[in-house]
Amino acid sequence: MTSISAPVEAPPARPVRPTRDVGRLRVDRKGWLFVAPFLVVFALVFLAPIAYAVWLSLFREQVFFGGTEFVGLANYAAVLGDGKFWESFLRVLLFLVVQVPVMLGLALVAALAIDSARLHAAGFFRIVVFLPYAVPAVVATLMWGFIYGDSFGLAADLNRLLGDDVVSPLSGDWILLSIGNIVTWEFVGYNMLILYSALKVVPNDLYEAAAIDGAGAFRTILSVKLPAIRGAVMIATIFSIIGSFQLFNEPNILRSLAPNAISTFYTPNMYAYNLSFGGQQYNYSATVAIVMGVITAIIAYVVQLRGSRKGA
Amino acid sequence: MAVYLVYTLVPLAWLLISATKTQQDLLSTSGLAFGGTFALFDNIGQTFTHDNGIFLRWLGNTLLYVVVGAGGATALATAAGYGLAKYRFRGRRAVFAVLLGAIAIPGTALAVPTFLMFSNLGLTNTPWAIIIPSLVSPFGLYLVWTYTTEAVPDELLEAARIDGAGELRIFFTVTLRLLAPGVVTVALFAVVSTWNNYFLPLIMLSEPDWYPLTVGLNQWSAQASGVGAQPIYHLVITGSVVTIVPLVIAFLLLQRFWQSGLTAGSVKQ
Repeated sequence: MTSISAPVEAPPARPVRPTRDVGRLRVDRKGWLFVAPFLVVFALVFLAPIAYAVWLSLFREQVFFGGTEFVGLANYAAVLGDGKFWESFLRVLLFLVVQVPVMLGLALVAALAIDSARLHAAGFFRIVVFLPYAVPAVVATLMWGFIYGDSFGLAADLNRLLGDDVVSPLSGDWILLSIGNIVTWEFVGYNMLILYSALKVVPNDLYEAAAIDGAGAFRTILSVKLPAIRGAVMIATIFSIIGSFQLFNEPNILRSLAPNAISTFYTPNMYAYNLSFGGQQYNYSATVAIVMGVITAIIAYVVQLRGSRKGA
Repeated sequence: MAVYLVYTLVPLAWLLISATKTQQDLLSTSGLAFGGTFALFDNIGQTFTHDNGIFLRWLGNTLLYVVVGAGGATALATAAGYGLAKYRFRGRRAVFAVLLGAIAIPGTALAVPTFLMFSNLGLTNTPWAIIIPSLVSPFGLYLVWTYTTEAVPDELLEAARIDGAGELRIFFTVTLRLLAPGVVTVALFAVVSTWNNYFLPLIMLSEPDWYPLTVGLNQWSAQASGVGAQPIYHLVITGSVVTIVPLVIAFLLLQRFWQSGLTAGSVKQ
């Protein structure tokens, strides 16, 4: 933690080093004037809770006498040996491996389709595809939850049409898929926009060069567009990975419709939440949150490294 | 693309159509067909009067959190993004590293410790518990930063300094105008994340009087499926429509601004 928080607390009052090669910009402490307000709030809502969580994770509630006892790293050992934790972790991992490629694949196809001039009414498509992002996760989940339901949803209509109970999105076998569908519906448009924005700034001469070399539309996509937006794909991937590991809203809201299919430790985040607010096990809950945070950061970092190495 | 449009729009169409139905028609008619009576306005009326008009209170709370939280987040991110893009000062790289790290930290991992901290400070169950964490948007800062690099020429700042303008005056009179599309983009994304925020208020608030729309709606929905419940599905559905509409309108009206703000300041290499 110290390696992160120390530089922020470094007093800005030290003497400024002589100007190096900084172009027209001044070496200027006045920059702090603009950055400091952000950093103060940032320290309060990011750094302080992290530090507090680390502190909490070193203690354990006393069962009989109340109060807490210092236990060192015992909570971490407990989390790493906790079957519920690993079950929830493997579930979001499975979710990630399937849902993220599907979602980003769709987003990429949509972005390329809108970017290629052939599509009429590109502006209309862009805004419609982006629309679900403006829908709160709560509303999206309630909406899909009703649609999935067999009392007045579309799943019920479909089953009536087929004359049999073919689809049951809220049952144990289907539920992870159903959640994946909600998350995909919500975020394809957002990712499409990131990729599309990157495509927009590809310099035109690259396309001209490709055309002169006799490249067709497909070849242009493979050799010009995809390499040009690798950075954006990277960012979208990392955001999606972080999002998957954080999965909470959708399963937690669906739980009231499908209490048997979704447990209280369905995802690591739900586990941490229910430990705190259902079981008052704040110290253990903080440890679960930290372990998930560290795993997420490591995976995001590794993906980023691999991504940039491919670019070299 | 046509298939994709259907996938995007059918659920929303279902929601809109369902909002026009009475509770009875909801249960008895097919999902994508209109019911016997057109009850949209009746439903809206009931949504706003049910339980002593608590929905209106939730709408007001959401607006409060959005105006103060998202407004503040935009202001802080704009100033900081500009400061990082246009000034060279000691510790700048450290600030950069901290922010990158912060984007990778799952926000929900912070929620429990933040709750405990705020609880010790006596801030839980007050609007501050929602507003203060909404004030920081590392992604917004990142957007402003890249946008500033593109849109604000150093020469212009130098010229203003030679004319004797102070740093703050330059920021308010010169920079902000050039940054407008970037600021609109950041504001819009901050508004969406505050308007749609669910996890944080769920944890921080136990008093329905302070709920935003999202937590309130889910409470209505959960109420409908409990033991001895009195289902109000039609109100949950109509309330959902009322919750979405303002954001959709904002996105449509501001389309030109936020799209140019994204493309100029986006993930360009």
